[in-house]
Amino acid sequence: MSAIRVKHLSKRFGKLTVLKDFSTEIAKGEITAVVGPNGSGKTTLIKCLVGLVQPDSGEIFINDKEVRSDESYRRDIGYMPQVARLPENLKVRELLAMIKDVRGNIEAVDEELISDFALQKEWDKKLGALSGGTRQKVTAVIAFLFNPSILILDEPTAGLDPVASARFKDKLLRERANGKTIVLTSHIVSEIEELAESVVFLLEGEKKFDGKVEAFLAQTGETRLERAIAKIMTNGNLPTAVEVEVMKV
Amino acid sequence: MRQALKIAKYEMLNVLKSRWIVLYALFFMAMTSALFHFGGGSARVALSLLNVLLFVVPLVSILYGTMYLYNGRDFAMLLLAQPIRRRSLFAGMYLGLAVPLVICFVLGVSVPFLVFDDGKNAVVVWLLLLAGLMTTLIFTAFAFWCTTCCDEKVRGFSVALALWLFLAVLYDGLVLVIAFALSDYPLDKPMLVLAMANPIDLARIIILMKLDASALMGYTGAVFREFFGSAKGIVIAIVLMGVWTALPLVVAARSFARKDF
Repeated sequence: MSAIRVKHLSKRFGKLTVLKDFSTEIAKGEITAVVGPNGSGKTTLIKCLVGLVQPDSGEIFINDKEVRSDESYRRDIGYMPQVARLPENLKVRELLAMIKDVRGNIEAVDEELISDFALQKEWDKKLGALSGGTRQKVTAVIAFLFNPSILILDEPTAGLDPVASARFKDKLLRERANGKTIVLTSHIVSEIEELAESVVFLLEGEKKFDGKVEAFLAQTGETRLERAIAKIMTNGNLPTAVEVEVMKV
Repeated sequence: MRQALKIAKYEMLNVLKSRWIVLYALFFMAMTSALFHFGGGSARVALSLLNVLLFVVPLVSILYGTMYLYNGRDFAMLLLAQPIRRRSLFAGMYLGLAVPLVICFVLGVSVPFLVFDDGKNAVVVWLLLLAGLMTTLIFTAFAFWCTTCCDEKVRGFSVALALWLFLAVLYDGLVLVIAFALSDYPLDKPMLVLAMANPIDLARIIILMKLDASALMGYTGAVFREFFGSAKGIVIAIVLMGVWTALPLVVAARSFARKDF
């Protein structure tokens, strides 16, 4: 069963092609890491999934609902953007109350992360006065708030301090144990090794690899994920089976 | 629809929190009161106020709107990741911006009229409020058009300012130049079209039809009145202003629906 199916997705911004005929299936209940160098189209892909960016062609199915048909599929999605941009003149408390009010389901909210991040002490501060990391904690809380079955996280730990980052990863693992599907991007290889079961590798908008982490390592002929990733980034492609054999010799 | 109203509620609270909008209401209150103190009765106050209104309301609506919408991008992006229709968000944001502006304008003008006026020219006052209301709706719609079509802030502001300058200041001059240059030809029909093509002209026509101040009506207004007569002219002008509200809104809503965030 796949939670997310992407078929022949393409997107250009002006002259720049950001995604080229991208297809993938993301399995339910797994953590999938989208990996690739800066500007490879990771964020655009994620924004297409959330509906913030509208693809030029191709289809996306989330829990078997076509993304462009209506907005209801976003009930199943918790999204954490790369840059935490939030209305500056609202207080943390007001922001969360507003989102709950607009969403309209206030039962069954998951506020675990608020205590994990000790956000209560920022409760009455305006979002504009918060540091980048604290704002990011707020977006993390919002992503998990409505118990979505799919979490889409764009570099979730990039601005978090080590303690918060560890607590966040614990939360991710707990949610996976609950059967949630998680898609995340990250540049921190150790984190991907620690969390992800599957990898989607993007390079200049094209998919270079899609599958389990072990298969990724085997195909690149490396034992460490970091070296495997570096190899594709410099070569621009996965080595063929023959090349792997040669390298082993 | 329910979501749109909820979003509108939060937008409104947000707008009303800012000091600018209060200043806007106070400005009209002070202006209207001062005009009453200069004397001349409600008709003259309405006339003087009209000239202020036709400059200030479009300027504030389009500039405040543009500024507000660029600042509100974060708000929009946050909500777009939630199960909310883009159309609902757009409608909510428009109402949330236009309604407080209308309220401030109406309060600013009507309170002094209620205090100082004898009520003999009630129709004119109602028309004045209506003209201000419609102008606000039109120029906030223009602000939406500017911000959805220009991603860059500076560019959006330039377009907004240029639009205001053209419609509020340059347009009349342009009409005069055309009238002067083509004075040998029958110009009634083209002038009529030119009057309809500028929402600020339409707002002016609505009031002046009722005020018998043809000297201030300008070329386009005079033609308009001659062509349609007073009552019919007012109705047509109001309908046209409705069209002027819908037009930029539809264009903006369409590009908002396709926009990448």
